[in-house]
Amino acid sequence: MPVTDITHDLETLTLTITAHFTAPVERIWQVYADPRQLEQVWGPPEYPATVVDHSLTPGGRVTYFMTGPEGDRFYGYWNVLDVDAPHSFTYEDGFAHEDFSPHTELPVSRCVSTFTPQGGGTRAVYVTSYTNREGLQTVLDMEVEEGSRSSIDQIDALVL
Amino acid sequence: MQDDTLSRDEDRADAWFRALADSTRRDILRRVLRHEESVSSLARHYSMSLTAVQKHVVVLERSGLITRRRSGRESLARGDAGNLRSASELLTELESGGRDHIARIDELLDEAHDPKE
Repeated sequence: MPVTDITHDLETLTLTITAHFTAPVERIWQVYADPRQLEQVWGPPEYPATVVDHSLTPGGRVTYFMTGPEGDRFYGYWNVLDVDAPHSFTYEDGFAHEDFSPHTELPVSRCVSTFTPQGGGTRAVYVTSYTNREGLQTVLDMEVEEGSRSSIDQIDALVL
Repeated sequence: MQDDTLSRDEDRADAWFRALADSTRRDILRRVLRHEESVSSLARHYSMSLTAVQKHVVVLERSGLITRRRSGRESLARGDAGNLRSASELLTELESGGRDHIARIDELLDEAHDPKE
């Protein structure tokens, strides 16, 4: 299991996942630099991704759609902000319309992926943060399934 | 592994339950979950000093169960459980997406059996 650490920061809406891969940094970078490899690891398995545009350079864009079991499609984009190949890249990830124009009413997350050599392999740190809470409920309604309840539910039950 | 997340969650839960261990604080939380209320107005519901009520509000605020904002000379308190729950769910959802992504990279690299030349 490559994931070594996870932290949630509820105040800043930031998730940090740290993982260790046995492959070297350059090999991990290739996964992101090659659209055909990226689409194999992006999105849930039941919603295979197709990467359309792929420009992993500052100011560049990556666009993709995911196809659901019913043939339904979800469109998304990355606005690439910073790239320091093969060590790190920063992008905004957002929902898009069919023509890949951004869905402005849905939230955008800012993602920083960093890869550093560690014992012949790679230490990967993924930081994802939402800059505001607007549209948060919409995302929850779209994505959240029952079953991943947190302990705050117990508090609701206790005080209400 | 996930000890860090676990202990953070537990710290938070500890703070919540500590905050909720007192009946006055539970009552304050019930009130401010319904609507925002100033600390001085809250104090009128209880037979204790304004300072004592203020202390309870601070404990609730530190636990993350309520938030406060200033309006003129008043300090307005409001319950934040829903907000925190939403945030927590969102991060949990993101986490499962992230874990999935990482597992698939691992699989991809495994399948490829990277020739080590």
